[in-house]
Amino acid sequence: MPTTRRQFLNLAGSVTVAGTIPIVTLQPIEATPAMLTAAIRNVVGEAPVHTGRVKLDIPPLVENGNTVPMTVSVASPMTVDDYVKSIHVFNEKNPQPNIGNFYIGPSVGRAQVSTRIRLADTQKVVAIARLSDDTFWQATTEIVVTLAACTEETN
Amino acid sequence: MAALINVPAKARRGDVIEIRTLTSHIMETGFRHTADGALVPRDIITSFKCRYNGTEIFRADLFPAIAANPYLSFFTVAKESGKFEFEWIGDNGYSSSASASITIE
Repeated sequence: MPTTRRQFLNLAGSVTVAGTIPIVTLQPIEATPAMLTAAIRNVVGEAPVHTGRVKLDIPPLVENGNTVPMTVSVASPMTVDDYVKSIHVFNEKNPQPNIGNFYIGPSVGRAQVSTRIRLADTQKVVAIARLSDDTFWQATTEIVVTLAACTEETN
Repeated sequence: MAALINVPAKARRGDVIEIRTLTSHIMETGFRHTADGALVPRDIITSFKCRYNGTEIFRADLFPAIAANPYLSFFTVAKESGKFEFEWIGDNGYSSSASASITIE
């Protein structure tokens, strides 16, 4: 795909911004996709993860990665026989692959959780739900972050 | 520490109600450095729990990727009048709690 003018300006802009910040100790620490896979395997084990049923709401373009609103909802009747046990959220490029684990049950009535998260880079966020029949369902969203969180130096 | 809890004061039996909580905490990631290169130690809330009349209805494990002043919103079925108790536990022995009452009509 040829580079569009917008992409070029974005790149040029971010290079300029990075150049003006006095970089003291910016280490290349970030969760690699391998860490993401390992973190997901930690939760799901060897079980297959199906795509669907989970809805991950995050703004697709984020100016400030320090606080990004996120809502995860799962299509489930939430009855005693068919409910969501837990929701797990992961990221691809923060220093750590985990974002949060949320444990719910049939008494919550609606399988939906909201919080605010940090994103260190433009990356993928994965939400996985564990249902009462121990099947796993996931949703993935790509988010563009212009100001990164987590690793910037303090003053 | 200061916590903001938003629970409806009244609800009808069987309603699905939203509970929103916000607590003040720095949520220092442990990945940042000061200008002279020293690592700022991690200081985060690691666990949140909500009990409804003594029964746990919601629990969360939090990681450094949760933004400062953790906000959490979730739902529950309004079953009976009573109390919601909230508890935050974190690094360096951090612990704080809050509660809210609900009346079922």
